[in-house]
Order: sequence, then C-alpha cells, then structure tokens
Amino acid sequence: MFHLPVSARAVKFALVVAAALAASACAKNGDEAGQFGAGAGAPGSQQDFAANVGDRIFFETDSSELTPTAQATLSKQAAWLSRYANYSFTIEGHADERGTREYNFALGARRAQATHDYLVSKGISASRMRTVSYGKERPVATCDDISCWSQNRRAVTVLSGAPAS
Amino acid sequence: MNKRISRRSLAFGLAATPLIAATARAELVVSLDRANFQPMPIAIPDLQGEGDLGARVAAVIANDLQRSGVFAPIDKRAFIDKAVSPNVMPQFDSWRAINAQALVTGRVQRDSARMHAEFRLWDVASGEQATGQQYTTDANNWRRVAHLIADAIYSKITGAGGFFDSRIVYVDETGPKQARRKRLALMDQDGANVRYLTEGNELVVTPRFSPSSQEVTYMAFAPNGDASVRLLNIETGQREIVGNFPGMTFSPRFSPDGERVVMSLEQSGNANIYTMDLRSRATTRLTDTSAIDTSPSYSPDGTQIVFESDRGGAQQLYVMAASGGSARRISFGQGRYSTPVWSPKGDYIAFTRQTANSFGIGVMKPDGSGERILTEGFHNEGPTWAPNGRYLMFFRDQGGAKIFMADVTGRVDIAVPTPSFGSDPAWSPLLS
Repeated sequence: MFHLPVSARAVKFALVVAAALAASACAKNGDEAGQFGAGAGAPGSQQDFAANVGDRIFFETDSSELTPTAQATLSKQAAWLSRYANYSFTIEGHADERGTREYNFALGARRAQATHDYLVSKGISASRMRTVSYGKERPVATCDDISCWSQNRRAVTVLSGAPAS
Repeated sequence: MNKRISRRSLAFGLAATPLIAATARAELVVSLDRANFQPMPIAIPDLQGEGDLGARVAAVIANDLQRSGVFAPIDKRAFIDKAVSPNVMPQFDSWRAINAQALVTGRVQRDSARMHAEFRLWDVASGEQATGQQYTTDANNWRRVAHLIADAIYSKITGAGGFFDSRIVYVDETGPKQARRKRLALMDQDGANVRYLTEGNELVVTPRFSPSSQEVTYMAFAPNGDASVRLLNIETGQREIVGNFPGMTFSPRFSPDGERVVMSLEQSGNANIYTMDLRSRATTRLTDTSAIDTSPSYSPDGTQIVFESDRGGAQQLYVMAASGGSARRISFGQGRYSTPVWSPKGDYIAFTRQTANSFGIGVMKPDGSGERILTEGFHNEGPTWAPNGRYLMFFRDQGGAKIFMADVTGRVDIAVPTPSFGSDPAWSPLLS
C-alpha cells in the first residue's frame, strides 16, 4: 500500500549499518572517542552528532508513531546525549505538505512529543529538551512527490548549549 | 430629492445619496441559482469628467462585475454611442444593438481633496432606471467608490448582498521553498493596494480579521521556534501576544462580536480549543480530548463553533455549543475534512477535503447535508467567505501558493492577482 521511497529511508538505513560496523570496529580498537563512528566532526561535536548518530527521524504519512528505524536512531541519540550531557536541545517536529497548515502544526507537535517521550524513556532528562513544531512551513526537500514528502515528515534534534569540553 | 446619509458615510467620510428614477422600478434581475445561468451582458462606458478618473472608475467596476461571474461586460470597442452623457436619457437603441441588457452611466468630479461620483444603472430593454446613487468622499478613495458602485449594481441585479468593497489579509510568500519569507499583507478584494503589515523577520501564518476589520489575529513564531497567537492593530501597528499559555497557540479567530479569540492550545502533543476574552483576559477551555482539535469557526450568531478533530481517528468536522461540551460530527463523506468556515449567512460551512491524492474545497450545510465539492486538485486549502456568503477565496499550491476565488455554484474559479506567492487569505466584512 505504501510505496517506500528510495532516497531518504534507504540512505538512513545505510547510515545505521555503517555506524554499527564502525562502532564494533572501534570497540575492538578500544578507541573511545570513535565510539559513535568515524565520520565527520570531532567526537562530541554537533557535526559528530549529525553525521555519526543521526539528528533526525522520519515518520509515516499522518502518523507520529516511532518506526523501528526511528527508535534505533533515538536510542543512539540517547546514548550520545548521555555521554555529552552538557548539551541542551530542541526537538523540532515537521510535517509534509500533504496536510492542511493548522493540522500540521499539531501533527508536528505530536511528532516532537513522541521523540521527547522516547528520549526521556531512555534516561535523558526532560529539563534538557524543549519541543517546537513548524508544521509544513520548513520543508528540507522541495519536490512535489512522495520522495520529498517522506524526508519532510521528520523530527530533528537540534543541539544547543555548551558542548562537553 | 430624498437626501439620506447612509451608515457607511460615518466612518469613512463618505456620503451616499440615492438617485431617484422618474419612472417605476424596472425588473432587471438574474436568478443566480438557475442551472442554465448566463452572465448578463452589461455596458460600462467611461464615467464622464476629471481626465482619466472616469475611465479608471469604470474599469474597476467592470473588473469587479466580470470577476463575479454574474456579468459579461461588453468590450468598449463595440460601443456605438462613444460619449455617454449622464445628463440625458441614453440612446437605448444603440445599446440594444450590441445586445447590452444593462447600461451604467455616470460622472466623477473633484474639488480640492473631495471627490463626487454618481451613477445610474439602466434596464436597456425597458429603457428604465434600475438604480442610481451619488457619493462624496476623499479623492484617495476612488477605488472604494468604484467598488461601492459595483456592489450597488451587483446587489440590484442579484438580490444578494455586495462584496466588492472589502479587503483580504493574507500571507505573502517570497524566497525559496525550504525557507520562505512570510509576511502579512493586506489588499483590496481585487488584488489592488497591497500593503505589508509585518517585515518578514518572523514566520507568520493564518491571519483573520476582527469584525471591525481594524485588527488581525494570527500565529507567529519567535526566533527560537516558540509559536503563539498575536493581535495586530492595522491602524496603529500595535502588536501583542494573546494570553500567556503554557504551550503553542495557533489557529486563532475572532468571535462575531469581536470580544473573544478562539484558538488551539497544544500541550504534550494534544491540541484543544480555548477562548480568551480580550477585555478580562479570562481563558476558557472548550474541548478536552487527547486528539487534535483545531481550526474553530463561530456560527454568525456566535452560539456554535464548528471545528476539526481527529478524535475519531482521522480529521473530521464537528459542531459544538460556543461554550464547549459535547460535539456532534457533521462530515461523513470520503476523506479527511479540515479548516471549516461558517458562512456569514449561516447557510453553509466551507471546508478543505483531502482524499488519497487531492485536496478539494467544498461546502455543506451546518447539519452536514448537501455536501458539494467546488474545486479539487493537487492542492487547494483554507477557504474564506466573502461578506455576502456567495464566494470563497482559498489557496492553491502548484509549485508555489496562489490565491483563487470560487463561487458556491462552482461556476467561478479565478486567480486573485498578488505580487508574489500568497496563502491563507481571510476576507474582511464589508468595509464601513
């Protein structure tokens, strides 16, 4: 019924696999700094978070349920955020353009809340996070078909505050 | 002559006086809801006087009447009688010869800052005057005088209320799609006189007029992403946040008496509907669900609210008392229903309906019966009613949102010109 887009999800999946391999390789070397992958960015940096952990999760159409892939990403986020505990962060909820503007503000808020609640369940303090929703006002992918919409149905963890020194 | 100052004159320095016909009232009418409706051919020669002002006024009148779908203004090049004096009886034969059913004659005069305008509407077949009016106002208001004349003609012929002397507040959109700059903009109903109300440094959406058209309520984002309902006084520029709510507020609209704003408050992923009394600042919660309750709209008498909710699983329309409490679902067709708007006449609720691949704009009666889809396609969203309850504007996104106007019969579907992309149109009441 639902046509899985090639782009966003496939890329995401590949990234998760690569990160897992990197993590196991690093564990063997005992390279603690590389625990979350050997990609771009110094360990503990915002780039490290975005590139090696994944700063965003994706949702099905008109849904705020966390997919298994999203849960896996959020578990990694929680591990990283536990280690680099000086960061506070904002969870931005977003929707695709296939919904009305006002409903999408509420839908984006639901997605941000689902993300928030999952991170709390993984031991991250709620006092470090805030949630906002941009509805469909801030798309990252701008074509008019399903391959873009799937990238826009997202919750993004945006770091702020001082990183651990 | 019967001198009467209309209520309109008080607020706007505008005096309007009927021009009484010597003969009996003519029967120049159309029935808008007839299935085989044909637009009425009408001749609108340039009004006389004051350089090109008479031509400009005539052009605004003709454009209004054409866009209504009720009239078919005749090309001026077809006119046999080129210079039409407002002081003598028209040569009706020369208008019958080009198949005009109605004829508008008139003149404009200016002295210092004042403008005087008058018009007469003639039934070409009988040679009788159908209506006539004269206006005195500030010369800067010449477009409003043209809209008032168009409203008088439209009302006389259709029996429906006018709607041309009104404004639209909307969201002007510029820049790339992933980072649109959004500003509140104000324009006349025909797209003229665009004026920007915000600077574009904040993301702003969903403006709505107060009943006096002097204030706008809308949703705005602070730079950190916190979003709240605001009030803006159009004349003074004064802005304020409505209430101090512990979450995102959105989807604001005024009550018909202008004393309250109804809106949604989002908390922990749920959205419920609240009102705030603008004088006492007291807030009242109207819904209490774990669903998304939003897009409220008052009935014109203020006793009921229609809104959308996904409490039953998907977005549908519900009606409840204005004091809240139990709600009854009114939408039962195929798809998801959202953004309900109660007609100012009370007879219809307009909405956005979303099916698998399309977004349509439709209307239904307040009990949910009589549903009709007026336009449907890739994207159509957010209807707003004209003051006479016969037309809707909405936005249609075809690689960038633009504003369109349709009528409740489905015959009219035309673009409303805006300088750049535009969305979230909201129609004012008739100006006063």
